[in-house]
Amino acid sequence: MGRNPVTWLGSPTFPRAAHTALGDTQLRTNLRKATTTIRAKRAEAVAELPDWERLRKAGQTIKDDVLAHLDTYLVRLEEAVTARGGVVHWARDAEEANRIVLDLVRAKGVDEVVKVKSMVTAEIGLNPYLEAAGVRPVETDLAELIVQLGNDRPSHILVPAIHRNRAEIREIFARGMSEVPSSDDPRELAEAARKHLRRKFLSAKVAISGANFAVAETGSIVVVESEGNGRMCLTLPETLITVMGIEKLVPTWRDLEVFLQLLPRSSTAERMNPYTSVWSGVTPGDGPDEFHLVLLDNGRTAALADEVGRQALRCIRCSACLNVCPVYERTGGQAYGSVYPGPIGAILTPQLVGDMGDEQAASLPYASSLCGACYEVCPVRIDIPEVLTHLRAQAVRARSKRNPEALAMAGAAWMFRDPQRYETAQRIGALARFFTGGDGRIKRLPWPGSKWTDSRDVPEVPRESFRAWWRRHRG
Amino acid sequence: MALFATCLTDTLYPDTAKAVVRLLERLGCEVDFPLGQTCCGQMHYNTGYHDEAAPLARRYAEVFDGYDYVVAPSGSCVGMVREFHPGLCGTSPAVERTYELSEFIVDILGVTDVGAYFPHRVTYHPTCHSLRLLGVGDKPLRLLREVKGLQLVELPQAEQCCGFGGTFALKNAETSTAMLADKMRCVQDTGAQVLTAGDNSCLMHIGGGLSRLRTGVRSVHLAEILASTEEQPWVATP
Ligand code: SF4
Repeated sequence: MGRNPVTWLGSPTFPRAAHTALGDTQLRTNLRKATTTIRAKRAEAVAELPDWERLRKAGQTIKDDVLAHLDTYLVRLEEAVTARGGVVHWARDAEEANRIVLDLVRAKGVDEVVKVKSMVTAEIGLNPYLEAAGVRPVETDLAELIVQLGNDRPSHILVPAIHRNRAEIREIFARGMSEVPSSDDPRELAEAARKHLRRKFLSAKVAISGANFAVAETGSIVVVESEGNGRMCLTLPETLITVMGIEKLVPTWRDLEVFLQLLPRSSTAERMNPYTSVWSGVTPGDGPDEFHLVLLDNGRTAALADEVGRQALRCIRCSACLNVCPVYERTGGQAYGSVYPGPIGAILTPQLVGDMGDEQAASLPYASSLCGACYEVCPVRIDIPEVLTHLRAQAVRARSKRNPEALAMAGAAWMFRDPQRYETAQRIGALARFFTGGDGRIKRLPWPGSKWTDSRDVPEVPRESFRAWWRRHRG
Repeated sequence: MALFATCLTDTLYPDTAKAVVRLLERLGCEVDFPLGQTCCGQMHYNTGYHDEAAPLARRYAEVFDGYDYVVAPSGSCVGMVREFHPGLCGTSPAVERTYELSEFIVDILGVTDVGAYFPHRVTYHPTCHSLRLLGVGDKPLRLLREVKGLQLVELPQAEQCCGFGGTFALKNAETSTAMLADKMRCVQDTGAQVLTAGDNSCLMHIGGGLSRLRTGVRSVHLAEILASTEEQPWVATP
């Protein structure tokens, strides 16, 4: 098996990638503007619904039921899809899924495919895989197209090009498309992309999509989007290939209703998303006449086995957690080195990688101040802080017990276990040094205390601890 | 009732703990400080050292067993006790009776005017764990509004994290500093002389930054403001 492309090859650990991102003032300005706007809008859209908390609970319950009986629902989905003339393929990992897709594309004899924005095909690195085999994948989502033409990496789940502003986008379009936008007016930019894509839609024979949901009962696949470009891909070509993670199921049509309320309000702050496309197998004379569904595991079964970690599989990729995350707002998505950035990336990516010995993956659960803003907004109530600390414990277990941090932690725990030792440490100032990294009288401390004193003063260490005072006065 | 001072306050901010004692005694409580207490294990737990945190949680349950209430001047430590101790060593009477200071005063004592006097312009930072983990809501603000002489000014973007996050401030020092910079800008925009919060850890972080920038804004724990009276006013420690 090859390396799982869910993290980008050669990505540095989060703190090192963040260092680069924090130095980019343009990036920080772009991000702050975008997330501040969407945050306020989301809060408004959510406040409109009096039963929002109940909807969240319903979303959580339905997804938990799906996860608990995933095998049953998957088989039901396969039967329903097959009964309606679709073909179901099972893929254990990225490599297998990519090969299945490539074989299907090759069988059609085409060298260009159109793509609907999809996280899962990014997760398996489908585009580079196809390109290496001589097939050109054309992204049709506007933001995804910007990333593709700019030879860039996505930095947001919903708006992969959130880190770019209008002027940058115009430059990218001018270089990558034959229709050059005359200004950076959003309408001009969209028009240029429209013309560019229109040609692709009309010539494409094969389209590749992801799925927001799949209804097990009827074998229906659902994609929600804002631009309508996805719908063009889903209806015009002769062959449609959908790749989806095995957790994207809902049992019935009724269940779908909950998510079609939760998703748009959480992601784009809309009451309803502009385009909802649903297809069930094939319908002669209407839409594609061949439909393939690739069901992808890629670490999900392993995540499912983790009692605490599995709740990450409830995620509906709304990106609300990214937009409220103070860490994401400063560093942007690329610092996470993964197609899943932000809080959800910090808990999902390490689980999909499945190896806490991987330094980069192990740095992700620490890319959070545990402020809890993500949990507060998550429409399916994923307790992201809980999973973060749970994964940190796994990262600690995977590391050697001899590194400086583990030794300091073990030493502190040993001291805290016994009040006498604790008091001695207080008296000799060791505890103060432990907290502040220094003795409180110097402005610059040696490493790792320097990480504190680079931007903050350390408090003056009091002459007497509270405990000592209590002993003198009340003891 | 018992005071859980928390290791940080006990060691670096004894004035806060003294203020809690003074305040609660003024409100008619009988305060004890069991000397067997040390640390709630939050730093270990949050950094992923769960095996090291478990014995500390057990110790907490033992030391505070038998008190009617345990009160701590720290939203994050109370959050640790109430939310995560049960997962480490099961629930205990001590865990169930642990309260954060403002919760205890408002919910248990049923008081919002604690008879305090603090003639300064003050802004309040809610701290993430008080706000989201515990949900103390506007209890600290209700207490502050009743303080004589105190001019309360609203902190812009109050609910944004200050960037402390325990070992996050060391592990992701640069991101933490970027968050701190924004928080400090908001504090300075209020024109407040004093920044207050219910947690000395966040105050150590923001206050350390404000002091480095020589802003002149002091960070003072909520307990010290509430303990301050006309007869015995708060004085800045040098
Ligand atoms: S974790 Fe929750 S908030 Fe974040 S993308 Fe997934 S569903 Fe949305």
